[in-house]
This record gives sequence, structure tokens and C-alpha cells, in this order.
Amino acid sequence: MAAQVQFHQVQFHNVTLGYDRHPAVHHLEGEVPCGALVAVIGPNGAGKSTLLRGIVGILKPLAGSIDLGGLDARDIAYLPQTADIDRSFPISVFDFVGTGLWRSTGLFGGIGKPARDKILDAIAAVGLSGFENRPIGTLSGGQMQRVLFARVLLQDTRLIVLDEPFNAIDAKTTADLLALVKRWHGEGRTVLAALHDMEMVRNHFSETLLLARGPVAWGPTAEVLTAENLLVAMRMCEAFDDGAAACAVDDGRSQAA
Amino acid sequence: MLYDALIGPFTEFEFMRRALAAVIALALAGAPIGVFLMLRRMSLVGDAMAHAILPGAAIGFLLSGLNLFAMTAGGLIAGFVVAILAGVVARSTGLKEDASLATFYLVSLALGVTIVSIKGTNIDLLHVLFGNILAMDDQTLLVVAFNATITLVVLAVIYRPLVIESVDPLFLRTVSRAGGPAHLAFLALVVVNLVNGFQALGTLLAVGLMILPAGIARFWSRDLTVMISIAVAAAAVSGYAGLVLSFQTRVPSGPAIILVASVLYVVSVLFGSVGGLIRQMFPGRHLEA
Repeated sequence: MAAQVQFHQVQFHNVTLGYDRHPAVHHLEGEVPCGALVAVIGPNGAGKSTLLRGIVGILKPLAGSIDLGGLDARDIAYLPQTADIDRSFPISVFDFVGTGLWRSTGLFGGIGKPARDKILDAIAAVGLSGFENRPIGTLSGGQMQRVLFARVLLQDTRLIVLDEPFNAIDAKTTADLLALVKRWHGEGRTVLAALHDMEMVRNHFSETLLLARGPVAWGPTAEVLTAENLLVAMRMCEAFDDGAAACAVDDGRSQAA
Repeated sequence: MLYDALIGPFTEFEFMRRALAAVIALALAGAPIGVFLMLRRMSLVGDAMAHAILPGAAIGFLLSGLNLFAMTAGGLIAGFVVAILAGVVARSTGLKEDASLATFYLVSLALGVTIVSIKGTNIDLLHVLFGNILAMDDQTLLVVAFNATITLVVLAVIYRPLVIESVDPLFLRTVSRAGGPAHLAFLALVVVNLVNGFQALGTLLAVGLMILPAGIARFWSRDLTVMISIAVAAAAVSGYAGLVLSFQTRVPSGPAIILVASVLYVVSVLFGSVGGLIRQMFPGRHLEA
């Protein structure tokens, strides 16, 4: 069983994440091995975004903990579902993508010739060569998504977290960006992506976490995406219950302890 | 003749030279701050802060008369207290920054008006409200220059996180802790420049030399650094022309400066190359690609 000694990039220890004490993800246990390409799927409100927000440290767990395998939360490249980006701000594609170098430049670090080349390469890698000087406000939705991928590329992190990166993106752009995701996978980076497109998950992602407030199934994609599991996920109750009592699972645990 | 009108006042009178120096210092520091206020959709926050300064300035006035140094210190303290309290409340609760700031500045304004009406009925109080750039003594001028210098230095330090926080705050949160401190430092700079401005323009118009040049710059460039340069130039030109106008006519200096700036603003709205009205009405034939 030598395979079990592999390193874990992310480990969930009985993690509960939520808002205002109401959990959105309940008692998640498990681990993401280094270099894994994991799809996180589930119906709307299943807690996919919440889980990813927890991983990158924007949301503190209500209970349990998330172990990042020694990685600082700031060393994760995170692409949120609805990026809160002020598109009217006068900043060029080049400068915007360049912010991905923050880890190496910080507050004052200069951006020399090597860094400039890196930025240009990243812009070229997402197929936006020639757009360097365009203000971000003039880009289309798909182009903006390419820009965000270029920034993730430039962040050059071991763990990449993508929250529904292909929403409202056309087939061509999706294919290009998916190729980039596979390239990251090939480079040994760990990639977690919240997705909706089952076909894409089946064809491109080796591992899947099916989420419905709690983990329904987690493992090799073919074993997770069974009709039975999906039905269980679909039945998930979405609404918060204002009158909900404190979680019984926790009670059981604390009494046992 | 033209020399007499445009340059004469400054060679002839020392107070005019001091006023010009002060207004250029204000332009150099205030205009970049104004550009960021505008881009962060905080234009009216500047206005609110201007009111928040009042009780501090009033206390300074009561304690030591029309001593601009004491009033500046008081104004700074009041402004910082309001800015930081509002910022902390907004960041630690779900309340939006504008809502928490509105609360704090109204409390501050009420306090200020109370203090003023209890003690001060002096005509000098007009100076607090409308400023007097023509009465700059050495000490005041140094304070203004000092504040402007500090502003530029601090702005240079926080420039990068401030820009990223303006465009994509969530991204900055995931890569760095610099966002919060940068934001608070920026609020502090707003206060410093408002206090600076009210020496010259009074509490009510202090914001004018920050926001109007920023508005002007928005109509001429889509590039941040160019925008800041244009704003500084517009503020300096308004200041100079306002002083000349004030010298040649009986218009008070503060309003004269803001009026000149607003003329530039109207011209920019009409003829600006980026989104100006004329450009919008006659955009020319559309391009091929």
C-alpha cells in the first residue's frame, strides 16, 4: 500500500463552512492529493463556491479545519465565480495581468525585462496577444475570462482553485482555457474546479467531488457520477432553516470526546 | 499690459506669491487623491469627510483663536477619528462603507455646529468655513507644503495595493494583507488633504480642488498616470487663474479658484476626447474593426 504515502495538497478535517452559523457545507472529510485534477460538482446551492472560498481562506470554517499541506492561503491562485472587478477602472490588460506577479514583486518590486516577458507570455498563452494596451473595460466577457486565466497562469502556484470558470463562455474559449487547465495538471499543479458541465467532467477530470451540502461521493469520476449519486444530490434541501437547532453531529462528537 | 494682469500681482505682492505656492502644493497632492476618490466611487465621501473635520477645527479655533496650526491639528484628529471608525466598522461588520461614514460624519457635523454655536459668534469663523488663501503666514504655508509632501510619499508607498484594491479587491485579499492598511492610509490622506484645503478654500470648498480636477481628467484620458498628471495640471491652472481672477475682481479667492475649475470642467464635459458630449454626438463614421 505504498500509494497511500503520497502527499496531500488539501486535507479537510471535519470541515463545516457556512454563513451566520448556518452551514452550507457539512462535515467534509477527505483529502486532495498533490497534482490531482478535481472537479467539484453539485446542484446550485450545494456549497461548491463556499467550499472553494474556505480553501482560499476568504471564509473561516465554522468548525473543523482545512490543512493546505504547508501552503499559505495566499499562495493559492483563486478565480472566483463572480469576480468583483471594476471594469471601468483605467487599467490596461498588461498591467492587470501583471498583478499576478504580486507574490514576487510585492509592494515595491520592480517589473524588469524578465517580468515583462513573463507577462507577455502569459497574455500570449491565453490567445490575447495584441491586447496588451487595451483597457480592461473594452474586453468582451470571454476575453476578460482569458485575462483572468492569464493572471492565474502568472501567479504560478502549486494549488489553483477555479470557481465555475467556464460559465457563459463559448465553446472555442472553453476549449482554449480547458487546455490551459490540463497544462497546469501536466505540470504537477493541483487544480480544483467547480463545474456544471457533466460531459466536460467525465471527459477531462479524473477525480470528482459530488457535493450537496455534504459530500455525496468523492473519488474517481466514473464511480462518482452514477445516476444514483446524482439523484441523491438533486434531492438536497437548499433553504436555510431559521429555526434550525445546533448541529446534532457536533453534539454527538463532543459527548463522545 | 498682459504682464501686469497675469504676472504683475505675483511679482508685486508677497501674499500673492505665498497664495500661489500654497495652491500649487494643494494641486500636487490633492488632485491625485481626487482621482482615486473618483475612481473608487468615493467622490462624495470626500465631501462627507470635509464636514467631519468641522468639530476638530472648531475646537482648535476655540482653544487658540484663529491659529491655523491648532485648527489643522484639531481637524486632522477629528477627520482621522471619523475615517478610521467608519473604516473599521465597515470592515468588521457587513455595513457598507458609505453608510457607516454617513453616520459618523453626521454625528461629527452635529458636534461641530454645536461647539461653534455655543462659543463662536466671531466673524473670523467665516475663515473656517470659506478659508482665506490670501492670508497665508509662513507657518501655515509650511504646514501646507509639509502635508502635501507627506501625501505624495505615502501615496507612492500604497500606490500598487491601492490600484489593485480599486480594480479587484477580492484578488488582493487572496494574495496579500496590504489591502486594508492601504485603504485606511488612503482615507487618512483624504483627511490630510481636506485639512490642507480648508486653510485655503474653507471646509465647504476644500473638496473642490480634489474632485473637480479629477472629473476634468476623466474626460481626457483612459490611462491612470496620464489622468493623474492632467488632474494636477488642471488643479494648478485653476489655482493660478483663480488667484488672478480674485485679484482683478472682487470675487473671493476660494470661490474664484473653484469657479475657474468648474469652467474647465464644463469645457471638458463638452469637448473631452474620452466620452465628451460633442465627441458622443459626432463620433464620426464607425470603423472597420
